[in-house]
Amino acid sequence: MSWTRKDLLAMRELEAGEIVLLVDTAASLQEIATRDIKKVPALRGKTVVNLFYESSTRTRTSFEIAGKWLSADVINFSASGSSTSKGESFVDTAKNIAAMSPDVVVVRHSSAGAAALLARELPCSIVNAGDGAHEHPTQALLDLLTIREKKGHFDGLHVAIVGDIAHSRVARSNIHGMRKLGMTVTVAGPPTLIPPFVQELGAKVSYRLEDAIGDVDVIMMLRLQQERMTAGLIPSVREYSRYWGLTLDKLARHARPDVLIMHPGPVNRGVELSPEVADGPYSVILDQVSRGVAVRMGVLLLLAGRKGGDGG
Amino acid sequence: MGAAAPAPRYREKAQVLDETALDRALTRIAHEILEKNGGAKDLAFVGLRTRGVSLAHRLAAKIAQIDGTTLPVGTLDITLYRDDLGMRGTPVIRGTDIPFSIKDKTVILVDDVLFTGRTIRAALDAIIDLGRPTAIQLACLIDRGHRELPIRPDYIGKNLPTSRRESVAVRLREHDGEDRVVIEEPVEA
Repeated sequence: MSWTRKDLLAMRELEAGEIVLLVDTAASLQEIATRDIKKVPALRGKTVVNLFYESSTRTRTSFEIAGKWLSADVINFSASGSSTSKGESFVDTAKNIAAMSPDVVVVRHSSAGAAALLARELPCSIVNAGDGAHEHPTQALLDLLTIREKKGHFDGLHVAIVGDIAHSRVARSNIHGMRKLGMTVTVAGPPTLIPPFVQELGAKVSYRLEDAIGDVDVIMMLRLQQERMTAGLIPSVREYSRYWGLTLDKLARHARPDVLIMHPGPVNRGVELSPEVADGPYSVILDQVSRGVAVRMGVLLLLAGRKGGDGG
Repeated sequence: MGAAAPAPRYREKAQVLDETALDRALTRIAHEILEKNGGAKDLAFVGLRTRGVSLAHRLAAKIAQIDGTTLPVGTLDITLYRDDLGMRGTPVIRGTDIPFSIKDKTVILVDDVLFTGRTIRAALDAIIDLGRPTAIQLACLIDRGHRELPIRPDYIGKNLPTSRRESVAVRLREHDGEDRVVIEEPVEA
């Protein structure tokens, strides 16, 4: 399997072989994190720009570390404190950054399709680091890598994705990726937070947490995205937590003993996850973060290292 | 989307080593390693993926037979250190696995075929990023000439003058089901 795409925009457009190539590449790169000298020269002389129009801790930091460990020069741009506050448009800002000849631009934006727009407009590689409620492919890839490392394979695994599905780009990217790899996906949440088209993506739907987590290998809890919500989708955070929050008690009564608990972060402790579950033995939340660096190294390497890559 | 260039097809031109000769060459290299280093103390093998790793394991087994010392064997993937990233198509990363400290060790780097020397240049950088060995020595089963860098092996199985258009194929039991080295030439289209 070879990598020929200029951009990484969405799990939806990838073939299963490409997903496995990305996961394999990331798995092999994990070893770098264990070295005393965490730097390899693969992307020496390449420039990676992080163009973030939304706040981010994990994604931006891990793209920055990934680029630096591969010896690329990494420049961070955030919308606050830039000419965006003087009224410059998104595409104009991006074109100005592109005029400085970066090799890869990593973009996060609150609008779905922002990364695809830049991919059409700019000659450099674009990585979608989250576009609205659309997709977040590197998060899905690091979730897949974590699942494969913990379970040993993808075949036939059943995953429950629980919570605010409607606002979740993580859920969308994961459903596409997992279905392509032959996994079963059940989404669960209150009806107001389940998007109407979700069955078309090949996911099953459940409206009761206790049913959804019963016979699954992985439970992926999502953050209640209150900043994206218009009023009235849930009666109250307290009620949501009571019905949809995962506690040790619910796990012990309904889930399998070898289940993995995942969460893309940031965790609303006490809302979707009780602290005992977030920090408990089933939780692989921090493993996900560590693997995020390896996944982003793999993505940068395959994009910048593809044959005839810009500036290759 | 760069279209992949069609891979040239090769046919066998001549056999260079058979199973017995290959084994004898490795036995001799094992003795030379012990002779040059005055024994097996503080030696470690690092094989270059893919066939260098198998050769390193075979050399370690020979030294265990001769000297009774079990030497550590590591695996090195030099893809991240190549000087031609973006010129050869998708980089395939299979990972480095050196589960011992190379500090204060004499590292014997093992590869199947020594050609331009660029792979070894990359391997030297990769090893030095992992620590500071006392010394690095180089063992190759075949030295086919055409060096582009000032690199010289310490142990050679066989010197083999070749033309640049030819290719040398080292076939090992572990990967190819047979132990044999052949020269191949491109099939004219």
